[in-house]
Amino acid sequence: MSGVHAHALHYHGHSPLHRLAPHVKLIALLGFVGAVVATPAEAVWAFGIHAAVLATAVGLAELPLGFFFRRLSIEIPFVVFALAMPFVGSGPDVMVGPLSLSVAGIWGAWNVLAKATLSVGASVVLSSTTEVADILAGFDRLRSPRILTAIAGFMIRYLEVVAGEVQRVRTAIAARLGDQRRLGEAAALASVSGTMFIRSYERGERVHHAMLARGYSGSMPRMGEEPATVRWVEAAAGLAVAWSVALTALLSS
Amino acid sequence: MTPALEVSGLALTYPDGTEALRGVDLSVDRGERVALLGPNGAGKTSLLLALIGIVHPQRGTVRVGGLESGPDSLPEIRRRLGIVFQDPDDQLFMPTVSRDVAFGPANLGLDAEEVQRRSKAALEAVGMAAAGERAPHHLSGGEARRVAMATVLAMEPDVLVLDEPSSNLDPVGRRELADLLAGLPTTLLVVTHDLPFALALCGRSVILNGGVVAADGPTARLLADTELMATNRLELPYGFDPATIAGP
Repeated sequence: MSGVHAHALHYHGHSPLHRLAPHVKLIALLGFVGAVVATPAEAVWAFGIHAAVLATAVGLAELPLGFFFRRLSIEIPFVVFALAMPFVGSGPDVMVGPLSLSVAGIWGAWNVLAKATLSVGASVVLSSTTEVADILAGFDRLRSPRILTAIAGFMIRYLEVVAGEVQRVRTAIAARLGDQRRLGEAAALASVSGTMFIRSYERGERVHHAMLARGYSGSMPRMGEEPATVRWVEAAAGLAVAWSVALTALLSS
Repeated sequence: MTPALEVSGLALTYPDGTEALRGVDLSVDRGERVALLGPNGAGKTSLLLALIGIVHPQRGTVRVGGLESGPDSLPEIRRRLGIVFQDPDDQLFMPTVSRDVAFGPANLGLDAEEVQRRSKAALEAVGMAAAGERAPHHLSGGEARRVAMATVLAMEPDVLVLDEPSSNLDPVGRRELADLLAGLPTTLLVVTHDLPFALALCGRSVILNGGVVAADGPTARLLADTELMATNRLELPYGFDPATIAGP
């Protein structure tokens, strides 16, 4: 339970991207994803430039490529979906070796694959260079509803606490089941899920008491926020490239 | 002099009919350190929640520094009387230690600089100044307890109330906590089952049982009264003789 790193997605480092203020990174991410999505699928060259922008960000963040690609594997469900599209798409077909593939399906697959990969890649850069608490602070600074960031914060804070409780219950079940009977454990776990719900509910009540005791009056207070390095110029540079490519591609298509 | 905390005739019955408090009278002077002892179900936690108006007693009054608790005075009552709850996992709910410590002062509507100053001072007071950016769930039990205290100290309360502060601490952590508490200038009310801890820290003890104050006096005298102890389901650890120990 001890350690300094707050979450598994984070890659500890001191790169320029790690030091960049979280709200600037959030805007850069949203802007980049927007540009990628707005780019027409046919403008293949544009995706090449987007990929170069992303690669520059990965380089600046000093992320090991192995780490980056492992995190990227979260998009595998989309990849499977995209790969199925050429086989199920309608319209004119093209023969690739022994396979008859739909042309529209191939473009569709390319569209999903390219945009998902670039967007997930950009998100991985954000999550790898920013602690969860800082991401939430970034949302706060962007004036997103405080209650939403508070809920997200509580969720992250208590995920480990509840997971720890479930783990202890599992240990207690395993201790009494004797051997590793997965089905038996699952059945027992299902029957204690109600107890876990009540426990979590009571925990929520106690947390609420602790909040009231420290002057909580229904809305999250504005914290004394420490100034972070805000370098809009550098974030804007990446955004400008992405958006000018997207617009050029849109106009020329 | 106005007592730091004055409770008179406090009675609380829960909606299910349980009589948790049946007329509690208690007065704590400024700078005093008082232990609140009693068996499970004596009404200790109910009393704590009633002190800051989280549960609403049907009868009786609570005064903190002369100010009577009521709907209008609750925010100030909660500023003056800080409670450190038993489980740090309940007390520490923000993503980082520094944000958690800043939560109370920020609720007081202080400006950012003052919030920062108080958070820093509170973390320094408990020896956790270096832990500001850590996540609460990555702290050890002793560290979490210290940070939980800092979250309340940052509100600069006049009375500090601690619920079972020594539970789940190893002996060294427990002694360090006692040293830390003994060094605070604040008025202390310590709810505990840990009788040696109470003797080491508090010159005076109050025994709560069945929702009323059963005894009130010097800790050493109460702990030495075997009949009183037995009636109130209190028991000293094996081999522990309060008469041989010098109190605070």
